[in-house]
Amino acid sequence: MCTMICERAEMEGSGKGRDGWFPLEMVNVSYDHPFNAPWEYGVNIDFVNQSRGVGSRVAVELSPQSAKRLADTIIQALQKGEKDPQIQISVL
Amino acid sequence: MYTTDQYEGMIAETITIKGTNGDAINTYFARPMGPGPFPGVVLAHHLPGWDELYREFTRRLAHHGYLAISPDLYCREAHGTPEDVAAAVRAEGGVSDDQVMGDLEAAAKYLKSLPSSNGKVGAFGSCSGGRHVFLAGCRLECFDAIVECWGGNIIMSDDQLTDKQPVSPNSYTKDLSAPLLGLFGDLDQSPTPEQVNQHEEELKAAGKDIEFHRYPEAGHGFFYFDRPIYHQSSAVDGWDKMFTFLGKKLS
Repeated sequence: MCTMICERAEMEGSGKGRDGWFPLEMVNVSYDHPFNAPWEYGVNIDFVNQSRGVGSRVAVELSPQSAKRLADTIIQALQKGEKDPQIQISVL
Repeated sequence: MYTTDQYEGMIAETITIKGTNGDAINTYFARPMGPGPFPGVVLAHHLPGWDELYREFTRRLAHHGYLAISPDLYCREAHGTPEDVAAAVRAEGGVSDDQVMGDLEAAAKYLKSLPSSNGKVGAFGSCSGGRHVFLAGCRLECFDAIVECWGGNIIMSDDQLTDKQPVSPNSYTKDLSAPLLGLFGDLDQSPTPEQVNQHEEELKAAGKDIEFHRYPEAGHGFFYFDRPIYHQSSAVDGWDKMFTFLGKKLS
């Protein structure tokens, strides 16, 4: 059954969907039935821009273990990047 | 039972009916050719959306002699591929129970209004659709039979309730007004076998006309032939149980 577990956060960045790149608005992270991954439940991550329609979506479906590894990997990359004074991510 | 000397024909198409609040909603309608009278079945699709699987289920019911109709319960939210629409609905916490009840009732009334109807209509649903058809059997009086397949979240804790799903469906058990067939996989994580047992016990305690079947080797969604969770022998037996049940209750 559908868990209806879904966490959302605003996003800044770009995603590459079926029609090319588009600006991101939100990320929806659900723990629910995946559409394609072979498990009953998965961690489904949708980067979306609802104002451009439901097709503006970059989707991945991960096992819980993979999702935790992704979260850890993002944190590790951030820690390395943010402690290097020569690297600055500028927002135009 | 079909024999090779029979004529068979079917019409299947998208139509528009008026659902909750008079909103126009797209609906997939498959019906046998001929004057009838035919019983009807309303299909409540699962959370993955108004997808090809549900259109195939709809045609299968028509093939077996039913006026079969599957409303797009996400029609108001957006249009796009079924997956994209379902992902958007998932992000919004699903659709409201009240809205779904109105749409299912409208679909049942549409079927009963047809000259080819025998006046009886059942409801079939799986996953979230199983939950919805159980609710429909309790909250609406237009259904003559309910087929609930692995409906989860029928027993909800207070912290699971939301504005869209404000009441745990099992609270309505005493109001069930139609016979119910329940099909469940013992390997399902939601509903768990314990939740299925509780659901059955509550229905029995309320004196309802029910028939529950459990499949030891099946998990969630064992009818879904496009998913690894498909379980062939359980699915074949489940469809047989369903057609036997509907044949008795809607004739």
